[in-house]
Amino acid sequence: MTVLNILTYPDERLKRIAEPVRTIDAELRAFVLDLEETMRAGPGGVGIAAPQVGRAQRIVIVDVSNKPKIESHGRLVLVNPDIVKWEGMAVGREGCMSVPDYTGNVIRAEHIVVRALDEQGEEREYTMQGYEARAVQHEVDHLDGMLFLDRLVSRRNDLFRRKVYK
Amino acid sequence: MNKWYMLTVVGKDRPGIVAHLTDALYQGGCNLGEASMMRLGGNFTIMLMVHFDGTIKALDDLIEPVADSLDLHRHIDHIEGHLHEHVVPDVRITVYGADRAGIVAKVTGALAEAGLNILDLESDVAGTADKPIYIMHIEGCAREGVDALRSALDIVAKEGVNVTLSPVETMVG
Repeated sequence: MTVLNILTYPDERLKRIAEPVRTIDAELRAFVLDLEETMRAGPGGVGIAAPQVGRAQRIVIVDVSNKPKIESHGRLVLVNPDIVKWEGMAVGREGCMSVPDYTGNVIRAEHIVVRALDEQGEEREYTMQGYEARAVQHEVDHLDGMLFLDRLVSRRNDLFRRKVYK
Repeated sequence: MNKWYMLTVVGKDRPGIVAHLTDALYQGGCNLGEASMMRLGGNFTIMLMVHFDGTIKALDDLIEPVADSLDLHRHIDHIEGHLHEHVVPDVRITVYGADRAGIVAKVTGALAEAGLNILDLESDVAGTADKPIYIMHIEGCAREGVDALRSALDIVAKEGVNVTLSPVETMVG
């Protein structure tokens, strides 16, 4: 396994729209292992998307299980992910390995349902919320050439957390 | 040599202050760093890191025409500043209540004692002139843990202010 080089903004490759994966094979699985190693090598990284290492394909890894007191699905490899349902909104703080030395507040859906293929090509559907849902939305944005910088909310508009009460 | 200055500017708010001031700085060869600019009580306030290869006097001369024409007060300090030294907050605190003297001192005093390092504080007086409410929003680092801050705030909350504390778990992806 190899730790890959992480592209940092303003590298234009971070602003491209990634292509869907058509073939899931040994080469792709080897890339996923490298991508995962790269994510774990970054300080505090809980997610990574293929475009961050210069591969313009719709592949994302998320693993928030090392954060205490957070519900999660553990290690998730999402190929061609599609968020099919959103609910609620919350402000949370995000940073990005592709944008060093900056963190900012971003509004994301609180609950999502995401459909994707796993690294064996099996169709999967995950229902998730909170921090894990935030991580998936952040990574899926990378596939569409979006950075959290594109979604920053101003400090002043952030006085009270937007939340949908049940 | 480190040539960062902190430029402080205050003046009656009007359109164009930032544009005119930063144009003068740009024309004079300055580079801008981190900044906080905000309208407070009808005044426009600027705290701005400026990188400049000359003296305080030379920098002040650059700004003088704009400051005079827009009626701005200014102050310049040489600072031991650096970029790329952001500290990530791990806690967010919102305080609000009927406005009265001493809220800030009481709340921030309790928080400081419980280990809070404030990175960012904004506050407003809202409501109406006869029933003002005070709203304060703080982001910071809980150096002795979030629970210590919670205990400190529990005591403050007994005095009639509403306090919300949320840990900030920054998602890095």
